[in-house]
Amino acid sequence: MTDTLKAEPGPRTRTGLTPRQRRNFGVGGQYVALVAVVVIAIAVVDWSRIQDNFFNPDMLGKVWPELFTIGLVNTVIYTVSGYALGFFLGLLIAVMRLSSLRLNRLLAHGYIEIFRGVPALLVFLILAFGLPIAMPDRELPFPPYGTVALALGLVSAAYMAETFRAGIQAVPKGQIEAARSLGMSAPRAMVTIVLPQAIRIVIPPLTNELILLFKDSSLVFAIGITAGTADLSKIGNDLATEHSNSTPFVLAGLTYLLITVPLGYVVRRLEARQAKAR
Amino acid sequence: MSEESTAEEVVEHGYARPMVRIRGLHKSFGDLQVLKGIDIDVKPGEVVCVIGPSGSGKSTLLRCVNLLERPTRGEIEVDGVVLTHRDCDLDKARRRIGMVFQQFNLFPHLTVLENVTVAMRKVLKVDKKTAVETARGQLASVGVGDKAGEYPARLSGGQQQRVAIARALAMRPHLMLFDEPTSALDPELVGDVLTVMRDLAESGMTMLVVTHEMGFAREVADRVVFMDDGVIVEEGAPAQVIGDPQHERTRTFLHRVLHPIDD
Ligand SMILES: Nc1ncnc2c1ncn2[C@@H]1O[C@H](COP(=O)(O)OP(=O)(O)O)[C@@H](O)[C@H]1O
Ligand SMILES: [Mg+2]
Repeated sequence: MTDTLKAEPGPRTRTGLTPRQRRNFGVGGQYVALVAVVVIAIAVVDWSRIQDNFFNPDMLGKVWPELFTIGLVNTVIYTVSGYALGFFLGLLIAVMRLSSLRLNRLLAHGYIEIFRGVPALLVFLILAFGLPIAMPDRELPFPPYGTVALALGLVSAAYMAETFRAGIQAVPKGQIEAARSLGMSAPRAMVTIVLPQAIRIVIPPLTNELILLFKDSSLVFAIGITAGTADLSKIGNDLATEHSNSTPFVLAGLTYLLITVPLGYVVRRLEARQAKAR
Repeated sequence: MSEESTAEEVVEHGYARPMVRIRGLHKSFGDLQVLKGIDIDVKPGEVVCVIGPSGSGKSTLLRCVNLLERPTRGEIEVDGVVLTHRDCDLDKARRRIGMVFQQFNLFPHLTVLENVTVAMRKVLKVDKKTAVETARGQLASVGVGDKAGEYPARLSGGQQQRVAIARALAMRPHLMLFDEPTSALDPELVGDVLTVMRDLAESGMTMLVVTHEMGFAREVADRVVFMDDGVIVEEGAPAQVIGDPQHERTRTFLHRVLHPIDD
């Protein structure tokens, strides 16, 4: 045992370099690689065509205002409705997951496993094309908004349930005991004392989930929505096809970033504040 | 009053009914036997202090009295209600049993005032105006009347514990349980809390108090119970148990508590 420890190399390795020298070589190597990539890109790519196709200023006028008035608005509607549904369903499933009743725990566990393990796209397809065949004379409200909200809600509920569960378990046991000692029933203690604290704890991860859902709303593309109900991605795609130019894709992407980057910033701020409060 | 003292009332052969009646209480956590047959009576208006070494089962005993822990065996009766009976409505019974914890356990997301009103509103269904009035009165009586609008985190430990006492008293309990209420406090804040508890005892409240404050036990308790290893080793008047203990275990414990610097 002690022999192997002695065999450990000292500060100088087989290459004859100190760790510091090796680190300098590593950094130098990265710069060389970066410069090489840039040189090759400049030599190989036709930059005027790239600019014309992806960053064409003439397209701005053609994309405005639909990208915002239809695309962004619909994306926000899809996201917010799906998120609201996922929030309450997720809360319910989290509480069931922690229930004293075995059946509740099993149901919640099954739900979480299924909707976390299956691609969101499949959920969209089943709700949009499978459900109408199974129930021909029933329709989800406000088509296609109802379908999209349900699909996004079902999927995000599984993730949010796990987040809520962690939040509920992070509330000290003494809180429940104090509540019960005052005569509150278990459900009353959960609603009035535990959940408000749990939700505060999980605001950062829940905001992260909102960002993910904002992007996932682009899956509506797969269920064939009409021009008026198109989301950002669909509008970007339609305009790109119409004008045979890729600038609408870039503009759609920038519009996503307009929302996701500030939200991401908010999440980091909230996380930092909670870390400090601890 | 009239509504509560009906079918569940047990009057024993003309004796005054005890506020707390514990018989043959056993509690195990898995293989670990924590309480090994406890019998205690607490008369209305009586103050009983429970002392004993750490790990002897004092907290478990107290938590069994309002059934935060379910006894493995034995019977608990409080205010005429047999809590260990399987048909007992525990939520209702607990309204009349106040509990004060070592770590205060105030609700951090509610203001001091809301901490005191929340159970009155949600459990007793008292209207908001009455609840706020009662709460302000309780807070003033424990000396934190000026903190009503603050959140608990802004208060000192001593103030938080007094709010916790006000929160329990607002439910108009017939019995108060205290689990080492001053153990988590800085020494200079202990006195304020003990003063509140002494006043409460003088007002006639029935109290079961787990404490290491021997001065308080000597002065305020009607009876002291010494527990070790899940059993009651001896009990009696404070002057007797603390002043002239009969058992070696009690003497060892008291020596350690009263002379912590020696040996
Ligand atoms: N929920 C629990 N699960 C397992 N063991 C417990 C639990 N609560 C208390 N105990 C054990 O029971 C014993 C008595 O604890 P406690 O009643 O807190 O003693 P005391 O309050 O006198 O210090 C300790 O050994 C403790 O570890
Ligand atoms: Mg204890």
